[in-house]
Amino acid sequence: MKHGKIPLIVTFLVPPLLLYVVFVVSPYLQAFQISTTDWLGYSAEANPVGLANFKALWHDDYVWNALKNNAILLALVPVFTIAFGLFFATMLSMGGRRGRAGVTGVRGGAFYRTVYFFPQVLSVVIIAALWKEAYHPTSGLINGILGTVGVSGPAWLGDPDFAFWCVLAVMVWSNVGFYVVLFGAAMSAIPREIYEAVLLDGASRWATLVRITIPLLWDTVQVAWIYLAVAALDGFILVQLMTNGGPNFSSDVIGVRMYDTAFGSETKFGYASAIGVVMFFLTLSVAVLALRVSRRERIELS
Amino acid sequence: MTALDRPVGVVVDGDRDARDARKPRPVRRERGVVNFLSHGFLLLWGALTVLPLLWMLVSSFKTNAEIIADPWGLPGALQFDNWARAWTGAHIGRYFLNSAVVVTGSVALTMLMGATAAYVFARYEFRGRQLAYYLFVGGLMFPVFLALVPLFFVVRSAGLFGTWTGLVLVYAAYSLPFTVFFLTAFFRTLPTSVAEAALVDGCGHFRLFFRVMLPMARPGLISVAIFNFLSHWNQFLLPQVLLQGDESKWMLAQGLAALSISQGYAGDYAQLFAGLTIAVIPVLVVYLIFQRQVQSGLTAGQLK
Repeated sequence: MKHGKIPLIVTFLVPPLLLYVVFVVSPYLQAFQISTTDWLGYSAEANPVGLANFKALWHDDYVWNALKNNAILLALVPVFTIAFGLFFATMLSMGGRRGRAGVTGVRGGAFYRTVYFFPQVLSVVIIAALWKEAYHPTSGLINGILGTVGVSGPAWLGDPDFAFWCVLAVMVWSNVGFYVVLFGAAMSAIPREIYEAVLLDGASRWATLVRITIPLLWDTVQVAWIYLAVAALDGFILVQLMTNGGPNFSSDVIGVRMYDTAFGSETKFGYASAIGVVMFFLTLSVAVLALRVSRRERIELS
Repeated sequence: MTALDRPVGVVVDGDRDARDARKPRPVRRERGVVNFLSHGFLLLWGALTVLPLLWMLVSSFKTNAEIIADPWGLPGALQFDNWARAWTGAHIGRYFLNSAVVVTGSVALTMLMGATAAYVFARYEFRGRQLAYYLFVGGLMFPVFLALVPLFFVVRSAGLFGTWTGLVLVYAAYSLPFTVFFLTAFFRTLPTSVAEAALVDGCGHFRLFFRVMLPMARPGLISVAIFNFLSHWNQFLLPQVLLQGDESKWMLAQGLAALSISQGYAGDYAQLFAGLTIAVIPVLVVYLIFQRQVQSGLTAGQLK
């Protein structure tokens, strides 16, 4: 394969590389440089200010408030999503456990997977708009249901005590189906004989899940954990469209802070880039941390 | 991920009765309770998933007065007018076509660029290959968000701000990491003997790629293309930043977001629900047709 390969390598590699460097690599690098300036965007000049933006960030209560919410998302969204995902995936691939017949899936498993997965293919914009209406205090789905049993529900997204938790619930709702399919695919790679042996030994469903399934799925769970942690640090579109951080900043997240700082009423590009850089290092350290904490000995299936 | 093709649930259902007959009664009753419970939970989550969407569909046929009076009731008469209002009045039809044009371009460009780069990485030795490959794949780690502010200026100084061309190029650029990663792995799995035979027979390197390798890589190309189609079609952040201003050029996601926000003032619930339904239907159709590829493509994307 030697003769005449150079023209092919050049024509095949140079255009993608060029596109990628211009629109992806260079913006990432520039973000670091802009974060050390006082640039106010558009025509204004950018003066180097060193780390002043980062010092200001440290004393910015709005940023801390948003970070607190991201921390809550980070602590809860992966736990709930993975727990639900594992639970339903187990039900689907081993729910139909019948005595001597061994371990099988429930009837209609494929149908459940199809339905559960569906929110994953919807745009976040559609999910946000739909749930915003579902949470509507008077014409919404939830208060409509509550109304039929005689309970008058709260204002949900309009109530600072509820708004953030409503967004968190939607985040879990939209992610669970995906992990049911992901874990289900990983479970189907586990040899049936293992489950049949465990069943003969008289293990309960719970013991089977905790002692057998989860350890064997650990690699997949770990990937899920990292991915959900990164998603929890974002949450921008959902929050911006459902509550825009309100009421009274109760559901604010760091992404909304950054967007408003850069593209809101004042275009503080330098400061916004500094928020971006902080997010970058936070995301990176959360991913590394998740990897470290969840490290276990790998079980090889022969 | 091929295991998804055959759900385990249907494998042994056939000889169930024969087995059940032999089983002692108490075990059976306990099993019945547990199976009932597990089906209960599964149904509950299924309902939680479907209910909001069903509610959206039903509400899109109601009048605003009906929606406010009884959010939970059925429409008195089917109000197709809502759909017309959303399609033309809220310009959902135009945004739909805009999105279709941009996504067609961006998926085609992504596939062309991704497949050629991946093929080179998978099949040719040259200096700097590792470096270039990791430069691409490294992009998988970083969310678009971090680059947003500088990207805005890169696009603006290239004279592409507010243009579809700019959007197509940016979509393609940000899809390259996953596309290259996935397709490189895929091209590596293809047998080398066919390519060698073609070269011996005097086939040129370019013809080899387009006439032999691309057709062989079809299953992988389809999976990635669907993955990219969904992520481009659903993209909101990039058009929101790069396509501000001129409303006639907006993408569907922007139009829906604007409709959702304006509904808060105008109170036209039915129009919003109709607009959302119009946006959901094509995605639902694509999903149901390509279900297997979508699920395996997206879950493979997770295991990057």
